[in-house]
Amino acid sequence: MQRILIKNGQVVDPANERDGIYDVLLEQGQVAAISENISVDGAEIIDAEGCIVAPGFVDLHCHLREPGQEYKEDVASGTRAAIRGGFTSLVAMPNTEPAIDSEAAVRSMAEIISEKAAARVYPAGAITRGQKGRDLTEMGGMMQAGAVAFTDDGLPVTSSRVMQLALQYSDMLGVPISVHEEDPDLAGDGVVNRGRISTLLGLPAIPTAAESAMVARDLELCREFGGHLHIAHVSTRNSIDLIRKAKDEGLKVTCEVTPHHLTLTEDLVRESNYDTNTKVNPPLRTSTDVEALVNALSEGIVDVIATDHAPHSFDDKDKEYIFADFGISGLETAFSLLHDQLVLKGDITMNRLIAALTVVPATIFDLPGGTLSQGEPADLVILRPQDEWAVNPDDFVSGGKNTPLAGWSLTGRVDTVLVAGRIMMRDGELQC
Amino acid sequence: MPELARKDVLGLETMSRQEIELVLHTADSMREVLDRPITKVPALRGRTVLMMFYEPSTRTLASFNLACKNMSADTVSVSKSSSSLVKGESLRDTIQNLESMGADAVVMRHPSAGAPHYIARNIEGSVLNAGDGAHEHPTQGLLDLFTIEQHKGSLEGLKVAIVGDILHSRVARSNIWGLSTMGADVTICGPSTLIPPYVTEIGCTVTHDVREAVTDADVIYVLRIQLERQEGSMFPGAREYRRLFTIDAERISLASPDALLMHPGPMNRGVEITTDVADGAQSVILEQVPNGVAVRMALLYLLLGGGE
Repeated sequence: MQRILIKNGQVVDPANERDGIYDVLLEQGQVAAISENISVDGAEIIDAEGCIVAPGFVDLHCHLREPGQEYKEDVASGTRAAIRGGFTSLVAMPNTEPAIDSEAAVRSMAEIISEKAAARVYPAGAITRGQKGRDLTEMGGMMQAGAVAFTDDGLPVTSSRVMQLALQYSDMLGVPISVHEEDPDLAGDGVVNRGRISTLLGLPAIPTAAESAMVARDLELCREFGGHLHIAHVSTRNSIDLIRKAKDEGLKVTCEVTPHHLTLTEDLVRESNYDTNTKVNPPLRTSTDVEALVNALSEGIVDVIATDHAPHSFDDKDKEYIFADFGISGLETAFSLLHDQLVLKGDITMNRLIAALTVVPATIFDLPGGTLSQGEPADLVILRPQDEWAVNPDDFVSGGKNTPLAGWSLTGRVDTVLVAGRIMMRDGELQC
Repeated sequence: MPELARKDVLGLETMSRQEIELVLHTADSMREVLDRPITKVPALRGRTVLMMFYEPSTRTLASFNLACKNMSADTVSVSKSSSSLVKGESLRDTIQNLESMGADAVVMRHPSAGAPHYIARNIEGSVLNAGDGAHEHPTQGLLDLFTIEQHKGSLEGLKVAIVGDILHSRVARSNIWGLSTMGADVTICGPSTLIPPYVTEIGCTVTHDVREAVTDADVIYVLRIQLERQEGSMFPGAREYRRLFTIDAERISLASPDALLMHPGPMNRGVEITTDVADGAQSVILEQVPNGVAVRMALLYLLLGGGE
């Protein structure tokens, strides 16, 4: 494979505590060298002056919808969307049709991935067969087939007993259990956060306790039965307080927050006059929650940012609010939104943002990449932090155009993306 | 000719005092029409109004139909059981098909809050919200304001107690918005499980003591209590409700001597209100019904102009 030399970029590589102007040499699909003023013969030069050069982003939580719901998204469109967003590695949620709940299903998914994926995709397996919440899946066999984590995402593990067994069993295998924390009794038929906005809009409400009560339960189970508990899309201050305590105590717990929960509030549902693109689960919360999430991200209580990319067809969103599907198509706006709303406002450092998108997720799910260490895969992103662009969902390559950010002007853009040394996007134009 | 400078009537939250006064004033003229031997006027001849009711309704649908007929407008009714919704057609398709038939206004009742807003964004004609989820029921709110004003002359400074299930009530929300815009003091009262969070931000005070709520009230507005809901019972039962919240003769005696008693219907006699009170001297419940026709005539007239 050809040599690529990325010149004069600001290299931000939190794993190696590197942040400065360097050249990056890629050879054979790997990072060959990083230092000042590299010059080699026969290398393709990419000028990155004024840009940030970082490891490719790693998303621990996205929905690629294949198999079964290809009309919303498939592995090809979802991974191209990932590339546009700077993501070079994705963990695909198993709530497909059928669910990824067997060794055969993981193998079949791996085959689809090898045929179609533009980015690295790691399947997550279901915790329970058919995601029915009753019987554990054959996690050992599924791991051998390539599953990197287990989750019934989209659905909570309602039974405390099943959750206990999942933690105990996964502890033996050394694999994380990722959980969608929602007490279905409390959430009921709710569609927005319970509070001021649900009252003003007259929409059925989801209390914050629907999440935090389940977080509390699972932390108790984790304390007694072990396992690596990874809490998906945390959205409330109360959940954060519980996780902080558990981490202080030394429990093996990690968590992720989405870009939308870090930047948007329930007020958007009202301001947008019931735009169903604001309908997401967990729901957009209050500014108090957003502030707690951002602080927790800054402190490292929140480990990673994951998109919970949930693409839907136009028709699945073009409905009455209570009938529309939950979810936001997030891959293509994640970095820009976070940079614009958090880094530029001084709430999060660029270094922390990149760490939460790269080395930390790669480490906690034990995935390759996430760093620019010599010998690591040449998965890499070049960012233009000053570039301003307007979000137009029609331009998304994802099948899901469902974003509440249509028309927003964001500062910070993903410019160039390489996977294993191959240029997948250059100057904002997809090459795949 | 006075007109409402708006395309749609979706809620009282966004209606100004001037707009509400215009509607009530126009309703006054309509009420006179209703008192004539022949109640039909040609104001909306040639206009077509679509009635889209995705939830059961008896009096609101009948009231809108009567209002249209009195104004000589043509109506087409689509109910959930007969509509394409049952066949899985999207709201967008249903609306576009119906609009292409040439409707000037759509009256919509829908279980989802925000559904009339969605329609309003997607069609050129006027949309009148006839109740969306637990959000608003603006024509009910306006007819209630009208009824109170007829008796009290003005709404300014009146003490109004709204008692019952506030959480699920679009009637309560529209009334709170409208009453507070018009300068009335609103107290809401009901079981704590049926009071929505942050409701005081709409412009009311909250109590769980029904005697406190009705004491010195000028208006007691009783809401229907649904004994069983899909999500299960949200209070311990009818006997407990009677003990703590039912409006009866003893409780109504704490109110101002000329207090009005109101209810949007349908009533659960013996649950949220006792029969003697519902049929008593202070009850204006039956006046609310013709006033509803007058207010809806007024709104249709103001929105559709009346002129050719």
